[in-house]
Amino acid sequence: MESTKVLDAKGLACPMPVVKVKKEMDQLQSGDILEVLATDKGAKSDIPAWAKSSGNEIIKEDQEDSVLKFWIKKA
Amino acid sequence: MTIKAMKAGEVAKKVINKDDLFIVDVRNNDAYDDWKIEGENITSINRPYFDLLDGVEELVKELPENKEVLVVCAKEGSSQFVAEELSEATGRDFYYLEGGMKTWSEHLEPVKLGDLEGGGSVYQFVRLGKGCLSYMIVSGDEGAMVDPLRLTDQYEAFAEKLGVKVLHMFDTHLHADHISGGRRLAEKTGGTYYLPPKDAEEVTFNFEPLEDGKEITFGPDEVKVKAVYTPGHTIGSTSLVVNDTYLFTGDILFLDSIGRPDLAGLAEDWVGDLRESLYVRYKKMNQDLLVLPAHFAKLKELDEQGRVEARLGDLYEENEGLQVEDENEFRKMVTENLPPQPNSYKEIRQTNMGKVTPDAEEETEMEIGPNRCAVS
Repeated sequence: MESTKVLDAKGLACPMPVVKVKKEMDQLQSGDILEVLATDKGAKSDIPAWAKSSGNEIIKEDQEDSVLKFWIKKA
Repeated sequence: MTIKAMKAGEVAKKVINKDDLFIVDVRNNDAYDDWKIEGENITSINRPYFDLLDGVEELVKELPENKEVLVVCAKEGSSQFVAEELSEATGRDFYYLEGGMKTWSEHLEPVKLGDLEGGGSVYQFVRLGKGCLSYMIVSGDEGAMVDPLRLTDQYEAFAEKLGVKVLHMFDTHLHADHISGGRRLAEKTGGTYYLPPKDAEEVTFNFEPLEDGKEITFGPDEVKVKAVYTPGHTIGSTSLVVNDTYLFTGDILFLDSIGRPDLAGLAEDWVGDLRESLYVRYKKMNQDLLVLPAHFAKLKELDEQGRVEARLGDLYEENEGLQVEDENEFRKMVTENLPPQPNSYKEIRQTNMGKVTPDAEEETEMEIGPNRCAVS
């Protein structure tokens, strides 16, 4: 999947993955896609919950071993 | 202005003492709706931390000025973050829950139930975060455990404080809602793990069968534990009578409700057994026995000292699950409209049979969430 930017949040603990995602998303344009890599288990439910709350869209989710991947489209 | 850690044990004491506490739970809505810290004088609101990244001004307006405010999250990090923001914005002190809901879920609060006639005493471990009850019976320097949880460090620390070696571990049944600590404790102390044989047909390890009528006398005070077969929650479910004073009912009879027969997928088959155990076997027993269940469902079941116990005869007057004279109505009650099954109950049963060996983090994950072992 094409992404505008990749955010590597591996190894970061809650709340940092979501904090970083928000910062990156604030820099992007509407329609841009941020790819996020995270290892914190909390991210699995919190990133989608944040996206819902902030009006952005998760267009794809994946997991490779312990690495969670999200593609978030900016609203 | 600073942030301070509040330990799960301190929160537990506030719940038991009915102290005031205002909680800001910053987990996501689903997690909060599934399960949260509750208490008679605890007020809580849910404001996910990711909605507070742009500032906490709105939240500050909702906080009481003269109460302690505790910020709670899943593990700890986000609650520290929000507590710091709040402290900066207001110049006041804020607490965060040390170890988060994970630690709250695992905290055991020990309370003494009483001394046994002829020597010995009984302690109850209240797991407020999940509603599990487990027990230590002390006979001089020797101890027995009933339905011990996987959180064996906390029992070992308590036993050491009392100068007791726990050598007899009893599980009243094969648990589906939590991972048992019975086998682990027995391995550590060189003690014996007792399990009802009918629940243990698939287990992969050695155990001592807890058969109907079996009597075990242990320790210098010669405390007597007698097994009474009372199936229904599981096919093996067995109660324990200690010194003709206490009746450990496992998940068959609770103070405010009764056990559910469906966690092994056999509600229809076991409902007759459940009825027989509750309406015949317990009824024949000494009605002055004090019932000690493996769970509580509501905080009102705790007395002012945090103990969960009741006289058997009183339960026949007060517990609605014991008032259903009509068998069909009873069958309907325990097979229809059951609450959702506990999280990961199949995996938990497999773990308790020794068929799978999850790591510590997976075990925590499996047990997260509320307890749902009772009917209604």
